[in-house]
Amino acid sequence: MEKVLRDPKAVLVFVGPALLVYALVLLIPIVWSIGYTFFEGSAISGFTFVGFANFVRLMQDRRFWNALWFSTKYMLVVSSGQVLLGLLLALLFHFYLKRASSVVRTLVFFPVVLPTVAVAAIFSKLFAIAPQYGIVNAVLELFGLQAVSWLGRGTTAFWVLAIMDIWRAMGFYAVLLYAGLVDIPGDILEAASLDGAKGWRLVQFIVLPLLVPLLISSLIFSMNGTLKVFDSVLALTNGGPGQATTPLTLYMYRASFQNNQYGYGSTVALMLTLYCLLVSLLAFRFARRDVA
Amino acid sequence: MATTTSRRLNTTTAVSRRRFKVASILMGGLIGLLLVIEVYPIIWLLLSSIKAPREFNTRPIYALPDGFYWQNYTDAWTRGNMSIYFRNSILVTLPSLFLIILLSVSAAFSIEIMRWKGRNIVLLIFLAGIMIPLQMVLLPLFTIYYRVKLLDNLLALILTYVAFGLPLNVFLFTGFLKPVPREVLESAIVDGATIYQAFFSVVLPMVKNAIVTVALTQFFFIWNDLILSLTFISETELRTLQTGLLSFVGQYGQRQWGPTFAAIAMSVIPVLVLYLALNNLVIKGLTSGAVKG
Repeated sequence: MEKVLRDPKAVLVFVGPALLVYALVLLIPIVWSIGYTFFEGSAISGFTFVGFANFVRLMQDRRFWNALWFSTKYMLVVSSGQVLLGLLLALLFHFYLKRASSVVRTLVFFPVVLPTVAVAAIFSKLFAIAPQYGIVNAVLELFGLQAVSWLGRGTTAFWVLAIMDIWRAMGFYAVLLYAGLVDIPGDILEAASLDGAKGWRLVQFIVLPLLVPLLISSLIFSMNGTLKVFDSVLALTNGGPGQATTPLTLYMYRASFQNNQYGYGSTVALMLTLYCLLVSLLAFRFARRDVA
Repeated sequence: MATTTSRRLNTTTAVSRRRFKVASILMGGLIGLLLVIEVYPIIWLLLSSIKAPREFNTRPIYALPDGFYWQNYTDAWTRGNMSIYFRNSILVTLPSLFLIILLSVSAAFSIEIMRWKGRNIVLLIFLAGIMIPLQMVLLPLFTIYYRVKLLDNLLALILTYVAFGLPLNVFLFTGFLKPVPREVLESAIVDGATIYQAFFSVVLPMVKNAIVTVALTQFFFIWNDLILSLTFISETELRTLQTGLLSFVGQYGQRQWGPTFAAIAMSVIPVLVLYLALNNLVIKGLTSGAVKG
């Protein structure tokens, strides 16, 4: 028995292929990508060593800082929207709809599975102004208001994008947090409500503190997702107008595949990766202090 | 909780009962609004996809369609190449799912059930991949695939989807394998089964449900992927559904609303059907990945 479970050849057969694919397609490329940050060029034109030039350029690149600022703003707005609305929905499911919430939960979750490109195409039609009015402008006109070029201006484009991604994902966080609410033992709530805590006070002093760990992981998950936003932006606004809605991911993509600057693209990618790690670490630190 | 609420309700006065009624009408309205917000864009998409061209020009965009104008679908399917994109998406998704499952279950089996030094380190190495953004490896992968002539080849996509599916799924499957009773495995081996036979005939059937869940979750990731297929595939003949849709919208989206809506509907409908048929499983699969990752 023991001998069979220790058979090194069998271990290799089972874990070898997975480890090989993982190393070739993920691990080695990560190291490779860090290496690229010291070079400039492309797969086709060849590479030259440039030392820290890419990092120096990064510091002075206004477009990079714009993209970083957009990513940050987007992360803050969309993540708080997703988690906050998710929480409100979860509370609604658990305390108001109770056992009847299953249909509502199913419907609220379903934008989560839709392809982003399709969602973005729908939203660009919803908010269209030309050649035909989309629904939003048609309704504005119905009320005698002026149609707005939603995707033609930086600020409104930002908000359409944010609304779209909140719409897409809030059902996900709702279900996640609802699962957490269901797990709260009934007798804790019972005892608290016998002590006179009800309605919002019950939520504030009993439910939310118990939910903090799950809220933090939702937030980390959401912030990581919004920092990596790519499909929605590319399909809805293509980063425009101008550079107004260009996040780090799209900036990296443009530098790499339109300008063929692999070294610089990799440097931006490295910044994005570090930013994701930093955000997660900060949230973890915050969480630990909060729980202790 | 439920019992205290009902007890409280029984002792309420008529005034607060009326207030309760107003509140519940308000809540009902709110929930109705919520459902409209969630569902309406999709219903609008489906309705718009069967509108004739003149309806877009002469009627407000929120008007109901006059009838079924299936020509939109025919146009999108043939002239818009959606049939090709569909085929490619299937050709990429199915092998990727098969390989992700096979490789991650067997890796998890060796890590969780077999006994060898370093298996915890290997699990940690896999786990490290969960946090890595795609952008970090996009350029090296592009270079590698360029050199080994895998650009414009669906194999490049399959390979990358598999690698990106591994970290989370190896981790999830080690979790699923933990509660598998070792006695069953032992008795199979005592009866003379090799470790491979034991794996295929004892362990695999036991994690059958988890396999379905994981396959479903991965299906949505792969079917909905844009960035990888955009980067590695440039030939129209090899585009997958999302990249194809993106170029379709770019090409026809401004002028031909009908076929555009039909094309969008085509990329949405399979996902929608799968979700409505298996929604509990989908929700479980997607959320379990999130909490653990």
